[in-house]
Amino acid sequence: MVESKELQVKEKQEVETSAEQTTAGLVFTPEVDIFETDKDITLLADMPGVSPDDVSIDLTDGVLTISGDVKPWEGAEESDVLVEFNIGKYYRQFTLSDVIDQDKIEAKLDNGVLRLILPKAEKALPRKIKVTAG
Amino acid sequence: MLTRNLFGVPYTGWQNPLAELNHMVRRMDQLTNAFFGRDVRRLAMPKVFPALNITEDEDKYYIRAELPGVKPDDLKLEVTGKSLSIAGERKIQPESDNARYHRREREAGKFSRAVVLPGDVDADNLDAKLVNGILTITIAKSTATQPKQITIK
Repeated sequence: MVESKELQVKEKQEVETSAEQTTAGLVFTPEVDIFETDKDITLLADMPGVSPDDVSIDLTDGVLTISGDVKPWEGAEESDVLVEFNIGKYYRQFTLSDVIDQDKIEAKLDNGVLRLILPKAEKALPRKIKVTAG
Repeated sequence: MLTRNLFGVPYTGWQNPLAELNHMVRRMDQLTNAFFGRDVRRLAMPKVFPALNITEDEDKYYIRAELPGVKPDDLKLEVTGKSLSIAGERKIQPESDNARYHRREREAGKFSRAVVLPGDVDADNLDAKLVNGILTITIAKSTATQPKQITIK
């Protein structure tokens, strides 16, 4: 268990570069955890407000792109009383060093957290080479 | 940024002398955003997690927070008078022992926050839901403070 400290407010980071937007609205960088085991690479991304249908994951030439669309969840009739965070889409790209088995990529979105499992391709798995005496 | 310090930070209470000014600023933002097609709202800097957006319509207050990965069981909401408190814990389950981390940006921890709503509320008429990591609390405004339609005979 991770030790339980007090959570601090972090300002959402707007995406700074690249990917010219064709639609209006803010784009944020989701916070991620990435870890690797011998078999796969797992990526966890916080994308609050994104429903499973609105996530898109793309892996081309070793570049992984995750993006999530957010549908406005506030009613049009509502007027602001206090605004502390903005609502926007999510976008982030990663370069992967390992060869990924594209057919076996798994993704699920649970309560605003994306969990993406990228299995390494067979040839990228570390292989034990047996040395025989002779 | 200077403007943010001027308009964002001093959210000391609802009797804020800058409230009216804030409202004007927001209105101007809305106009500029409508022109440039960006839905950017000037933010009050939150000091305590989680950051909240509070909106209202005629008969309800809507309080929203982004709490990705927080389970409903780990959240505690309380309404006392006009004050609403949100407390809970965000847990991140440990992964397998031989996981080697490349990035670790997501944080786990406890949080607790109370806000005072601008008007009286009907604590019995409350609804809270957690969908896609967004907590939405809907509280009905107390009927005593709602404007009453008076029909003239």
